[in-house]
Order: sequence, then C-alpha cells, then structure tokens
Amino acid sequence: MRHVISLLIENEAGALSRVSGLFSARGYNIESLTVAPTEDASMSRMTIVTSGSDDIIEQITKQLNKLVEVVKVVDISEAAHIERELMLIKLRATGKDREEVKRTADIFRARIIDVTETSYVVELTGNQAKLDAFIGAIDNDLILETVRSGICGIGRGDRILKL
Amino acid sequence: MVLTGAEIVIRCLQEEKVEYVFGYPGGAVLFIYDALFQQEQVRHVLVRHEQAAVHAADGYARSTQKVGVALVTSGPGATNAVTGIATAFCDSIPLVIISGQVPTAAIGQDAFQEVDTVGITRPCVKHNFLVKDVRDIAPTIKKAFYLARTGRPGPVLVDIPKDVSMQRCEFEYPREISMRSYNPVVRGHQGQIRKAVQLLLEAKRPMIYTGGGVILSEAAEPLTHLARLLGFPITNTLMGLGGFPASDRQFLGMPGMHGTFEANMAMHYSDVLLAVGARFDDRVIGNPAHFAEEPRKIIHVDIDPSSISKRVKVDVPIVGDVREVLQEMIRQIESGAARPNPDNLAAWWKQIEEWRSRNCLAYKNSDEIIKPQFVVQKLWEVTGGEAIVTSDVGQHQMWAAQYYRFDKPRRWLNSGGLGTMGVGMPYAMGAKLANPDMQVACITGEASIQMNIQELSTCKQFRLPIKICNLNNRYLGMVRQWQELFHGGRYSESYMDSLPDFAKLAEAYGHVGIRVDRPADVEPALREAFTRHKDELVFLDFQVDPTENVYPMVQGGKGLTEMILSAEDL
Repeated sequence: MRHVISLLIENEAGALSRVSGLFSARGYNIESLTVAPTEDASMSRMTIVTSGSDDIIEQITKQLNKLVEVVKVVDISEAAHIERELMLIKLRATGKDREEVKRTADIFRARIIDVTETSYVVELTGNQAKLDAFIGAIDNDLILETVRSGICGIGRGDRILKL
Repeated sequence: MVLTGAEIVIRCLQEEKVEYVFGYPGGAVLFIYDALFQQEQVRHVLVRHEQAAVHAADGYARSTQKVGVALVTSGPGATNAVTGIATAFCDSIPLVIISGQVPTAAIGQDAFQEVDTVGITRPCVKHNFLVKDVRDIAPTIKKAFYLARTGRPGPVLVDIPKDVSMQRCEFEYPREISMRSYNPVVRGHQGQIRKAVQLLLEAKRPMIYTGGGVILSEAAEPLTHLARLLGFPITNTLMGLGGFPASDRQFLGMPGMHGTFEANMAMHYSDVLLAVGARFDDRVIGNPAHFAEEPRKIIHVDIDPSSISKRVKVDVPIVGDVREVLQEMIRQIESGAARPNPDNLAAWWKQIEEWRSRNCLAYKNSDEIIKPQFVVQKLWEVTGGEAIVTSDVGQHQMWAAQYYRFDKPRRWLNSGGLGTMGVGMPYAMGAKLANPDMQVACITGEASIQMNIQELSTCKQFRLPIKICNLNNRYLGMVRQWQELFHGGRYSESYMDSLPDFAKLAEAYGHVGIRVDRPADVEPALREAFTRHKDELVFLDFQVDPTENVYPMVQGGKGLTEMILSAEDL
C-alpha cells in the first residue's frame, strides 16, 4: 500500500542522507522525497511517499523515529490529508499548437509562466493524478522538458504536525 | 579558560572520567596526541591496528558499564576502525570514537589521507558528527557520550578536522544536555506491564527468553529474582549469557542454531514467551515462519521500539529499560496474591526434564586426541567459573558458549551480531585493563587469532597477562563444518595451510608459549598458565581434534525443532 510519511527533522548537514541511507540500507522503497525548511529555521519537513505492507510501514516509521535528528514522524495517509505536487513543463508552442496548449493549460488551471516565440513553460500544481492527466492530454511530441517536485502533504483540519 | 581544540578534546575525556583511550596516532590527530602527552589522567593504549583499538575499547565497555573510547587518525585510520565500529553497533555497545579529519579547507579536495568518515560510518553508528567549529567540540563530545550510553547504547563517532583541533576557544564543559529529538523511553507502559504479568501468571507453558539487553541494562539481578519468583524455565541468548546463572536448575542453556535441545523445544512449544532485551535474531529462532506455527503469546520488553515486531509478531509490546520493566513486574507480582498454577508448571517441567534428559551437549571424550569441548570444560574448572572469557568467531566460540558456564553478567565478551573474527584478543586486552584483578581468558581458533595477532605486541607493552586458549584444529572449523554438512565435503579454502608455531610466535613477542598435544596435558597446562605464569601472557596452543563439529545444530532456514543433535543424526 502507498503511504505518505511526513517528518520533522533537525536542519543539520547530513540529515537527509541519514534518511535516504536508511531507506536504501534496509531495502525500503522511496517513490518521492521532498524536503525544505519550515517556519522554524532549525527544522526541516520531509514528505516521503513509500509503499509496503503494514509491517514494513511500521518498521519504516520506527526506524525513522530512531534516527537521532528526527523530531517527529507521522503517516499522514492514515487519515484525511491533502497532497500537492508542482510541475514545470516546457512545451513546444508554434503555429496552431500555441493556442491548443493554452487551452489545455486553462482547462487544468495551469499557468503559463514563460513565453518565447517557440515555447511555453507551464506551471501546474495538484495531486499526482492531475499532473499525469495533463501530460496525457498534451501531444507527447510537444514536451521538451518536465520537472516535478515530488509530493508534499499535510493533514486536514485539526491534524497538525508540529513540535 | 582558552584552550586549543585538541586540549578541549582531552579535557572532555577527563570530565567524562575516561580511564583509557585505545588508539593509534597519525597526521590528523597529532595535536590531540600532543595534548594527551601533556596530562596523566587519561591513559592511552597504543594498539598495533586501529581495528583492535575499537575492539579493545569495546571489550573495556562490555566488561564494565562504562563507555569505551577509541582515537584514530583520518583516512586509513578511520577505515581500519570501521569493522570495530560495526561490531559494537550490532551488539549495542557504548563507544565514543574520535577520528581525525583533514583540515576543513582540504575536505572534499581528495586530500592525502582523506576519507568521508562520517559518510562511511553512517550506517554502522548510533550517530556521528563532523565538528567544523572549535566551539562545537565540547558540546558535541558531551552529546556523543550521552547518546552512546543512553537508550539503546551504541557507538558514536566524532570526526574532528586537524585545523579545528588547533584553533582556540573558551572551554566550558556543558553540564546538561537536552536534545528535543532524542528522548528514549525508560519506563515501561504500566497497562502493558499489567497485561504481561497477567499473561505470565496464567501461562501453562511459560518460557523466559533473554538477550544482551539484560546485560546492557544491568538487569541480571531483577531477572534472576523474577525467574525464581515465577519458577519458569529460562534461556539466555549468546549475547545474554550470564544474565541468569547458568548453573541454576531453571536454566535451559542457550537457544538457537547451536542452542540446547531443551531450550529450543521449550521456546517453540511455550504458550507464553517473555522476551527480554532479545530481538529474535535469525540465529536464535531459525525460520520465523516455522516459529510462528505454534500459537503462543509473546511479551517483548525492549528499549528499542524498532526491535519489537520486527521479525515476529508480538502480543504485548513493552518499550522501556529492561531493568525498570523487570522491577515493575516483580513489584506487581509481589504485591498481588496470584501465583502461577503449580500443577501446570509441574507438568511443563516434567516435559522439559524429558527433553533435558537427551543430554544434548554430551560428547565423546578421548584419551588420544584433545576434544575442544574438553578444553573449555577444563578452563571452566581451573578458573572456578570466575574468569572473564572472550572469544572469537567460529566453532570455538560455540563450544565456549556451550561448555563454560557463565553465572554472572559481563563475564562473556563476544561478537554476537556481526560475528567478527579477531575480536578475542583485543576484547581481552580491554577487559584486563578494566578488571586488572580478574582472570581473563581468550578462547580462540588458529584462524581467528591470526586476524589480530599483532596485538601480542600491545599485550607485551602494557603487560597484559591474558591467557589465550587456541583451539587449533588447522581448519576454519565452522566453515569446514558447513562444507561437510551442506557442500558435499568439498573443503573449499577452509584448510589452514602453513600455520605458524604459535608457542614460538608468542615467545618471539616476549610471552610464554605452550603447545599441548595430549588430553592428559590439558589441565596441567591450564593450571600452569594461571599459577606459575599468573603475571604473564600465556599462549596455549591446544592441538584439538580437527574433525569435531558443533552440536546440537539447527540448519539455517529450518525451525527450532528440526535439530541435528549429534553426528549420528545425520
């Protein structure tokens, strides 16, 4: 099963490699991993998308908790939560494709954030499925470059991950 | 007081009441060695290889409650230390390893003797640090000792670049340490303990299974108390030997691959299993699927939550310090009226005695050729069971665990988790320094001892009168045993050709060497080693039966009940 694990970690050099090293050393799967500082500059928040049986997910959270720099771990996919991913996609935009790309972007509520005579850069946020759908809707030959952030997630309502 | 980084390192060790540092100097740690030279409180033991420095610090820690300390230089010094660090990590031994690093400006430049020590050791330390600012040295070392000894203990490495060790700053050793991200749970959950006690009191076929956690948390006393209070059978793993007196009737011997028949059967057929500071290692329970066949309730006490339900499903998890939890169990049982049902227990013991009557550790002794088991038995007799015994890894290790009865904790020092050949002599060095009034014996084999034999030199320099009992069978014995049983007798590279004359080798280092060829000479030789040569290192080279195998045995991947009890079983 797919799980989204969020954790707060001391913002120290080497902390990320401890986390990624744990996954590789123990043979756990990482689908995506995003990390950035929080409003408290001493702490970073990571969102790890992984998959495995309940036993494996239990071990993953326990092993993460065991890392000295890890302050808190929650599996936000255990309850209602929101997931978002950012994609920047550079598309060939010439001739009639120019209008077509613009229309598709509008339908997906994407924004064109860079324009040249021959290309657009489109910014799109949403869950993974929405980003995948956008790629599916665009003629594959038009795609020049894609970059995606990996998922960041947050619990709904009262569920707060904070120290 | 303004001090250099190097002086601060030494002051920190003084503050931590460190007696011995095991190490080897080199370019990146020269300032630290200079600071070491200018004081007398912290003594340095110069080993001949960094691996032995860490093992010796580890042996020191295992035989005491203290944190062992090793000091190595950058690059090859640090990489040589890795095996020692991994060994301590697998067995949760508290160590602080200080490594030198190339100057900060040279880090990442592929400098001479540069290696990413923090990166290399990351998977095999409890935690590690690279100190980039002299002002961080004292707080980092404080944290290192705190992390090493609290919670589930383990090795912590502090990497210090050379320039940082020569910079100066005001020295103040922090009194308190607080890390918001590190708060090990010490007290077990009361409700869970109550549940566990109830299960234990209602059990029909109870079994207590304990491991190294009992030794680490100084819990032998409450464990013994609890086991006697309940009257349950008990087993100690290889790492837990000495946690409960081996000569006690309730003790069933060691479980697992080379455990006793009675211990394994009782583990398998128990209806309530109390696991204490033990982690259901593959060498203990064999195939977990087979182990799960019997419906039994498992209570698991461990300070490390990730050890619980890792290999087997647990019914009552109790996270906490083993000692605290056992004491609370005792308190609850003693304050209540309920006791285990004596009829149930009697029936269970009857079954256990039946298993025990198989006498699975019996072996055929000989007048012609020395049996390795016989040597261990004699060592036990000659030392009155009171020695600190270290061992390497292989057949001799299992015979030591099976035939030397450990009645007290911290008497058996051994690489259980990583299975590192070459630990025996360095462990004995650390143990002898920590316990100068105790007899220290190293049971080893001709293959293992050669992995760190250069330490005979260190033993000479520091006058360490340890007794090395080499069970010399001219084979990598355990490898040969497996090749014999599972590889059609094709002894691929398990034969030790061109062995040295160990007695002469010991003499070359200035020690006493005794070669023993006949069974009748075993006991006299041991007595001589412990009496006439009391104050000298004695290398006893026992020429033992090269065909002897370790039994009983559970083959890897099999279940605990599928035991080979002797060669006749094959």
